Amino acid sequence: MARPLLEVSDLNVEFRTDDGPVQAVRGVDFSVDAGQVLAIVGESGSGKSVTAMSILQLLPPSASISGEVMWKGENLLEVKEPRIREVRGGEISMIFQDPLTALNPVYKVGDQIVEMIQAHGRVSRRDARDRAIEMLDLVGIPQPAKRVDQYTHEFSGGMRQRAMIAMALSCDPQLIIADEPTTALDVTVQAQVLELLTDLADRLDTAVVLITHDLGVVAGMADRVTVMYAGRMVEAGSTDDVFDGTGHPYTHGLLMSLPRLDSDVGAPLMPIGGQPPSMLSPPPGCSFHPRCPFAREDLGCMTEVPATLERSPGHVSACHRADELMADGALDHRRLVGAGRQAADTDTVSVTDDGSAPGTGTEGGGLER
Amino acid sequence: MGTFVLRRLFQLVIVLWGGATILFILFYMVGGNPAERMASGGGERNPNPQVVRNLEVRYGLDKPKPQQYVAHMSRIARGDFGESFRTREPVVDIAKRRAPTSFRLAFWAVIIEGTMGIGSGMLSARRRNSLADVVTTIAAVVASAIPVFVLGFMIKQLTGVYAYQNDWPAWARFPTIGLGDNDWIFWVIPTGNTWKYVVQPAFVLAAVSTAILARITRTSMLETMRMDHVRTARAKGLSEKQVTRKHVLRNALIPVVTILGIDFGTMVGAAILTETVFNIQGLGSQIVASAKDLDMPVVIGLTMLVTLVYGTMSLLVDLSYAYLNPRVRLGDD
Repeated sequence: MARPLLEVSDLNVEFRTDDGPVQAVRGVDFSVDAGQVLAIVGESGSGKSVTAMSILQLLPPSASISGEVMWKGENLLEVKEPRIREVRGGEISMIFQDPLTALNPVYKVGDQIVEMIQAHGRVSRRDARDRAIEMLDLVGIPQPAKRVDQYTHEFSGGMRQRAMIAMALSCDPQLIIADEPTTALDVTVQAQVLELLTDLADRLDTAVVLITHDLGVVAGMADRVTVMYAGRMVEAGSTDDVFDGTGHPYTHGLLMSLPRLDSDVGAPLMPIGGQPPSMLSPPPGCSFHPRCPFAREDLGCMTEVPATLERSPGHVSACHRADELMADGALDHRRLVGAGRQAADTDTVSVTDDGSAPGTGTEGGGLER
Repeated sequence: MGTFVLRRLFQLVIVLWGGATILFILFYMVGGNPAERMASGGGERNPNPQVVRNLEVRYGLDKPKPQQYVAHMSRIARGDFGESFRTREPVVDIAKRRAPTSFRLAFWAVIIEGTMGIGSGMLSARRRNSLADVVTTIAAVVASAIPVFVLGFMIKQLTGVYAYQNDWPAWARFPTIGLGDNDWIFWVIPTGNTWKYVVQPAFVLAAVSTAILARITRTSMLETMRMDHVRTARAKGLSEKQVTRKHVLRNALIPVVTILGIDFGTMVGAAILTETVFNIQGLGSQIVASAKDLDMPVVIGLTMLVTLVYGTMSLLVDLSYAYLNPRVRLGDD
């Protein structure tokens, strides 16, 4: 098998803060093949954005990073200034969460794209500008020749993110890291922007790392999924494996909390109880145990960090009870609503078992939310 | 934008008129007879009643106050600001004599404020918590805490008195009176030895604002450096230098430019302490002296000039603000 395009192994990121060190990312591994879409999923504070930033050395100096980020035979964590600048934007580009703040308000949108093009090659201003217009056209911005001379405040939210995508694609990168690209957008344009991103990535054969907290988004477009919790990777595998053969209670919790088209009208959503842990003092053992309905003291959930084991080819998860729960079908979100929770000991959610519609959907929430 | 400027200019006229009116009312309330003061040579001898009478007629002081007010205002509207009750010098001539000095002093003070304030603010922001940051922070606190006249007298004593007494080299001795001869090119650039007159008062006048500006620059830079679009600029593959120059500085200096402009407007008219310490014949000290003499035409005329400068500066600041920050559109408020 060819080497993956990007291979991250044993990534650790620690921030020095006034309250002590914070371990934001703890031993994360993942890889992306050329042209593939990898989704990294987790709640806020799970370390997914920090993971993305560390790839391009964009974290503040207070972060200490260890591990390996292999890109074309180089460890990006170690390359020096001129080379990392070539990679940034030229080979790997990023799309950020809020396009309003991620674009500079005092420069014209076109100039910001031109600036990026000129940073990665000897291109005349005129040619770079033509390229910028072409890119704006490509992402579906009407009247690109006029829009190129406008400022961000003259763009709508969706348009801004389109412009951001245009900028990210303007130097033909092999990989795009999209950090929650739709979170700041109106729900009505979220799907459009995501579709545009994955469609263009597909057409231009660009790989995508899609960082999101929205599993519904993932189902429709990712080839592979990595689920993170409290700085650790808890499950990773192909999208089908993770959705249909879920191997971690946290992933299960995320899937169960999605609104579904085929659930009963009025049936409550099932949130995951409790709060994500403080990264200043993450819980010992499995970080998810305080919120896990399946946690058992006698199995070491509270004391031992679960090993990341392969559950089926290419599908790994880190849970002491994964094999047992998977065999039971307790982690199958398509089972009768609430059944999995009933067996478990939880005080956070109570669902009456009158739901009679067995989930038959194959794609989780999909984009229909 | 044209309408915006027109409207602001109209507002400025209103402000000038309002200011003059308030001053007139204050002079009326203070009372006293300017004609008597003039005839007595500023209170030195008993005035001759006939002289007082003549003066009253000459300046229209015998008329009822509202009539005096209307007469004075309509003269001003025609560009005639009257003449000094004390010296009979036309107010316009006084302004012509005094204003260039004040402008030059303020000009150089703002240059010092801009370069030193922005420079040290940038330095301490870029090397946050470094020695340079700590030193500029302390220097800024000290500079803004020392009263202007204390700082002025100390410097004057050191370079103007002590330096001569102890045979310091010529370059370390400074004149301490006035702004030197009228050797200026382009109106503001000193020639020959004149710069030696300018540098100390300009520095003293700039001290407090420089310290404040350094703090504001630092805060503004730090704030901008944390912004998402700066991270985007870095993620685009720009060098640190490009990121700082194009994306941090440009955004961070928007409030700084505003302050510089307003400071210039203030310094032209309100440099009284500095002018006093260094015996500089500027507008501020003239207004204070004339106010003491109840020399109404001079006070009203020069105050209007100072107000005009301030108003023009704030208009220019607003225009530059709209230029620097495209989100601001003029005339939409």
